[in-house]
Amino acid sequence: MSAHHVVPLKTFLKVFWALIGLTALTVVTAKGMDLHPFNGVVAFSIASVKGFLVMAFFMHLKYDDKANRYIIISSFFFVFLLFIFVVLDLGTRIPQASTL
Amino acid sequence: MSTGNTHHYAHHFESAEHEYESSKQGVWIFLTSEILMFGVLFVGYMIYHHMYPEMFKYGAKALDWRLGALNTVVLLTSSLTMVLGVHYCQVNNKQKAVMNLAITIACGAIFMVVKYFEYSHKIHAGKLPGMWFTADTHGFENLPLYFSFYFMMTGLHGIHVLAGMCLILWVLIRANRGEFNENYYTPVEGVGLFWHLVDLIWIFLFPLLYLV
Repeated sequence: MSAHHVVPLKTFLKVFWALIGLTALTVVTAKGMDLHPFNGVVAFSIASVKGFLVMAFFMHLKYDDKANRYIIISSFFFVFLLFIFVVLDLGTRIPQASTL
Repeated sequence: MSTGNTHHYAHHFESAEHEYESSKQGVWIFLTSEILMFGVLFVGYMIYHHMYPEMFKYGAKALDWRLGALNTVVLLTSSLTMVLGVHYCQVNNKQKAVMNLAITIACGAIFMVVKYFEYSHKIHAGKLPGMWFTADTHGFENLPLYFSFYFMMTGLHGIHVLAGMCLILWVLIRANRGEFNENYYTPVEGVGLFWHLVDLIWIFLFPLLYLV
């Protein structure tokens, strides 16, 4: 099993500082600037970049068997499906008074 | 014959590598179910946030974003030390592996202490979920809904932090016994993946609950 990829420590430290930097960026964009109505989108996008870094490096997906990548992407896909169908339902409802 | 410290792969695997990859894949499938569980809460949050943006904005003001940011840094640090714990197992450095795992548990404990102060502050102020809400709503009739999401999401996450701390303690004890080396560190890797997922969920919880 010596074939296992041992990632150099420097990589982990770089990723760590990037994550700290992005956390600071989230706070600055949300508290320091008023990006209304994009506050939520900006915060979510930065969180996604951070999540990608955690999965790719800390969770070793970058160096891992591709199957694990597809497994985790499938879960995000199904959460996305749930979101889309709930939004479609709520967005296309026609308000009407009860006929009873 | 067996020293207790050398791991022999189970007979239904072709090789130690096969056992390692299969175990890890099992953890990933488990993490998938975790994402689906938290995903439902996130979707619910987004829908209601879209329906009552002003109420959610007002609710978020009740939280101290500084404490949230502090906990984010604490969890990110714990993720780094966790990955270092795995790394030092890979390079047969028992002492440093145990040290990093211990720091990871300590970070988890700091996170929970901060959470305890946040929770007790809200409980005393009556800012509780749904029917238990007794604080002033300041004109936002459904403000209790915000605290339902807050307590449900951070509570479920907090349970995961506690579970993760117990799991890390388990691999720490085993690492201290010298059970792990470059050829076998599967439990550390698996527990590490779980811990990073807990961190990953907080990465999304922090901006959504505290900032937006």
